[in-house]
Amino acid sequence: MLSRTADSLYWVSRYVERAEYLARILDATMRLSNLPSSYGGAGTEWQSAVATAGCDETFAKAYGEANERNVCDFLTFNPDNPSSIRNCLALARSNARGVRTALTSEMWDALNGAWLELQRFEKKRMDREEFARFLDWVKNVSLVFDGSAYRTMLRDDGYWFSRLGVYIERADNTARILDVKYHVLLPANEQVGGSLDYFQWTTVLREVSALTAYHWVYREAVKPLLIADLLILNRRMPRSLAACYENISRFLDLLGDSYGRQGPAQRQARKTLANLSSTGIEDIFQHGLHEFIEDFITENNRLGGTIIEQYLQ
Amino acid sequence: MGKEACMVAFDEMTGSGAELRPAYDALDRWLKEAPPEMLALRRSQAELFFRRIGITFAVYGDEESTERLIPFDIIPRVLTKPEWTKLEAGLRQRVTAINMFLADVYGPKECIKAGIVPADLVYRNACYQLEMVDFQVPHGIYCHIAGIDIVRVDADTFYVLEDNARTPSGVSYMMENREVMLRLFPELFATHRVAPVDNYPDQLLATLRSVAPRSAPSDPNICLLTPGQFNSAFYEHSFLADKLGVELVEGSDLLVKDDVVYMRTTQGPKRVDVIYRRIDDEFIDPLVFRGDSVLGVPGLIGAYKAGNVTLANAVGTGVADDKAVYSYMPEIVKFFTGEEPILKNVPTYRCREPEANAYVLDNLEKLVVKEVNGSGGYGMLVGPHANKAQIETFRRKLKASPEGFIAQPTLALSTCPTFVASGVAPRHVDLRPYVLSGANGISCVPGGLTRVALKEGSLVVNSSQGGGTKDTWVLDA
Repeated sequence: MLSRTADSLYWVSRYVERAEYLARILDATMRLSNLPSSYGGAGTEWQSAVATAGCDETFAKAYGEANERNVCDFLTFNPDNPSSIRNCLALARSNARGVRTALTSEMWDALNGAWLELQRFEKKRMDREEFARFLDWVKNVSLVFDGSAYRTMLRDDGYWFSRLGVYIERADNTARILDVKYHVLLPANEQVGGSLDYFQWTTVLREVSALTAYHWVYREAVKPLLIADLLILNRRMPRSLAACYENISRFLDLLGDSYGRQGPAQRQARKTLANLSSTGIEDIFQHGLHEFIEDFITENNRLGGTIIEQYLQ
Repeated sequence: MGKEACMVAFDEMTGSGAELRPAYDALDRWLKEAPPEMLALRRSQAELFFRRIGITFAVYGDEESTERLIPFDIIPRVLTKPEWTKLEAGLRQRVTAINMFLADVYGPKECIKAGIVPADLVYRNACYQLEMVDFQVPHGIYCHIAGIDIVRVDADTFYVLEDNARTPSGVSYMMENREVMLRLFPELFATHRVAPVDNYPDQLLATLRSVAPRSAPSDPNICLLTPGQFNSAFYEHSFLADKLGVELVEGSDLLVKDDVVYMRTTQGPKRVDVIYRRIDDEFIDPLVFRGDSVLGVPGLIGAYKAGNVTLANAVGTGVADDKAVYSYMPEIVKFFTGEEPILKNVPTYRCREPEANAYVLDNLEKLVVKEVNGSGGYGMLVGPHANKAQIETFRRKLKASPEGFIAQPTLALSTCPTFVASGVAPRHVDLRPYVLSGANGISCVPGGLTRVALKEGSLVVNSSQGGGTKDTWVLDA
């Protein structure tokens, strides 16, 4: 297939995944900020949301101090933020339009319909209730798009590149949450029953829609070590780094088999996956959670670059 | 002229008077019997269908683009088998002559030597490409895809209004119009034996395959080259690539190395043998034509001239569909085929000839005057609709440079019953059949794209000026 086609499929998925991620960050932050300060509403949650979205530098240039209004604006409709929800959906659609025939009509309808509907949201000033509806709508767009891809796409290289986009982006998103929030997960902060951090922890889980999953998996009260285990190593959790790399490695192998050639991307992915499989969460904490996450983000970016080099240009 | 033209115009359904032409018999009965609510419902369903496709493929609702939906009329335009048979023979003959003419003006130039076409019309033509002189195009074919615009003035007379020998568009509408009719009015197709058009992509693919360079493998790699998603015909490009099952490429997807064209794929460079290009000559290769073009492929013409890739259509075909050359088409057809032209030209006065120019100057208020190098209705005077000042402007232009103009009588284009706000009323139509030429011969799906001027009395069928389209039926029995 054309490199440009594969590239567009890859980025369409990445942008849709990112839009959903931003919606979830905003949703979780909104909840946290509504809490009385004695329950953890420390006042830094909006700054933290911007950092989790990975755009604190552009934000600082545009606004300086973070508050609910400017963060929501910046992460949703602001045209100057290249990674706003609006721009993610716009870029997903324009990438899709350029390779229209590589998408199934269901996938295209999901993106084009979303783009048309977005104009309606954009025009009005939203109150909190409408804003919450908007965030739900964004998550829904991603569900519909993802479901369309899963249910309608031929299982060949086009599908595999589109899945790679999903999982590279998802791994990056989960790692970013951990990167920004690692300090609340560190043992030093662990105060059993301590209300302050409890809501910070549940916010982390909400940002990856894993609060219910947590209880099913561990059948325990929320503890930082287990949160980290769930988000990093637990393969049953679809947004964990290990689950993402299981998929990345699988789809890269399918590509390699189909093209009859393995390359640096396959080797890199396999190495990261092996690393995630052979490590225990205690080891990670012992060697430094923060360093582990930083290394992971670097490696994940490097793999993204390798995939582009190997296939997409 | 407006109303006047309406009154004298030949109607496809009722002829010149009140008789009902047999081809429209069943359709007329159906129109009379169908409950108006049902027709209204079907019309809105048709609109919905196109809107969805419009949303799906084009840019309906997109701020960055101005592309719109083209209105679709549900009453088909009907041609009988004998009418089509004659038209098709004429189209084949005309396209054969166009290809022979192109081979001649870029080769031995016999038609110029014989005085059939004035030398300056060819050599000084902006579309005449020196790059192509004495170059043997693969299989000797220049114009692989032609769209010939036809108008009808009475029961027996079809005129060629214009030849489109570069990158004619609209064929996707021909196919989508049929698709929507089949969905909405299955009962009509049970009572009419309508020749199918959905084999067009297969014929196009066969044509493109047949003209691959001789060095290409038996399963040549074909692609469709588009200027990209901001081109107004991008919808058609992606539609055709999809139906053909070939890659839709942009200039940046192709690269040329050692005079061979490759496309960039996820498995590395893949050799390209045939390019159905929907990019104009001047943008196709910045090394040879416009250096500022970012749409083209540097080195493409080099690969083409090395015989390693086929371009469809060939470079330089524009010299054959130029308005001044058009007026010589009857002579060109006769010279190259040795036959009388089956399809007539609209009678044309060449202002470069003093006698003709004198007549034109005396009758400006009756004639349509066209600039030879103009297109899309620019640089045109429609005498009966023009005011004194416009006529005087053209009089001055004609006196100053008569060779830049041709003139034609205003034609009473045939009309076809059409749904308008007030009900069913006659509206003027034209027809664009698509003719494919390959090493495997010439083919032409029955019918083509019928365009209709939706404004009463209007002769302008262009979509940009409120024109719509209809399904075109060729009845098999």
